[in-house]
Amino acid sequence: MTEDQTLTCQELVELVTSYLEGGLSDVDRARFEEHVAACDGCTNYLEQMRTTIRLTGMLTPEELSDEASRDLLGAFRTWRA
Amino acid sequence: MLRIASLYTPSRAVAEDVVQETWLGVLQGLDRFEGRSSLKTWIFRILTNRAKTRGQRERRSIPFSSLADRETDPSEPAVDPSRFQSDDDRFPHGWASPPASWDEVPEERLLSTETLSKVEEAIAELPEMQRLVITLRDIEGWSSQEVCNFLDISETNQRVLLHRARSKVRRALEEYLASEEKAPA
Repeated sequence: MTEDQTLTCQELVELVTSYLEGGLSDVDRARFEEHVAACDGCTNYLEQMRTTIRLTGMLTPEELSDEASRDLLGAFRTWRA
Repeated sequence: MLRIASLYTPSRAVAEDVVQETWLGVLQGLDRFEGRSSLKTWIFRILTNRAKTRGQRERRSIPFSSLADRETDPSEPAVDPSRFQSDDDRFPHGWASPPASWDEVPEERLLSTETLSKVEEAIAELPEMQRLVITLRDIEGWSSQEVCNFLDISETNQRVLLHRARSKVRRALEEYLASEEKAPA
């Protein structure tokens, strides 16, 4: 990371995904959380990333068109016969 | 499955064919499935093989891993560097224009069809591998291990691709929600 022990905001935003994935070492995670606790900008940023993930998760996987579903069901029937 | 098939095929109709062929392939090959990979990985491998065969004429045949290398290099900041203070400022690399809290945004606006369509648009504009990774992880709910196995990419590349994808979607949302705020009610 940096030569000294403190994490800048610009460095922190690049670590958000690693943090959320549980991919930071104990030391790095502690530094990350310490920074967030003291920084409103980064608190908001982390919150925005969490919201982004939540909203993305609300997109439904694309449904098959009716026509394709019918074809598929037909194919299953033939296969079983 | 349709989403993934569409990455290889020229049209939705062909992609639907591929999904259908995949299920038939799965049923016919089920007794050959040895459980060395998860069933899901196995099914999606059949899907991509069929999609590649069908889409070969129109589309590329570059493996995911080289595409992933290409999309994770050169470096690409998650946030526009101009939003941070410079070396000469009081807090070098601290926020110059910090992000706002979205707590004030009413939940019904946050979850509105319009907001969600912004998310969808932002994802559609992503480079292919970033789009694939965020789709599998955050829409389909796959684990990072499943995505790495399926795309045959490293854990590091998977994380970088996911990071870039999510960062861009966040950026699009931030822009959209900020412009909404200024608009007259």
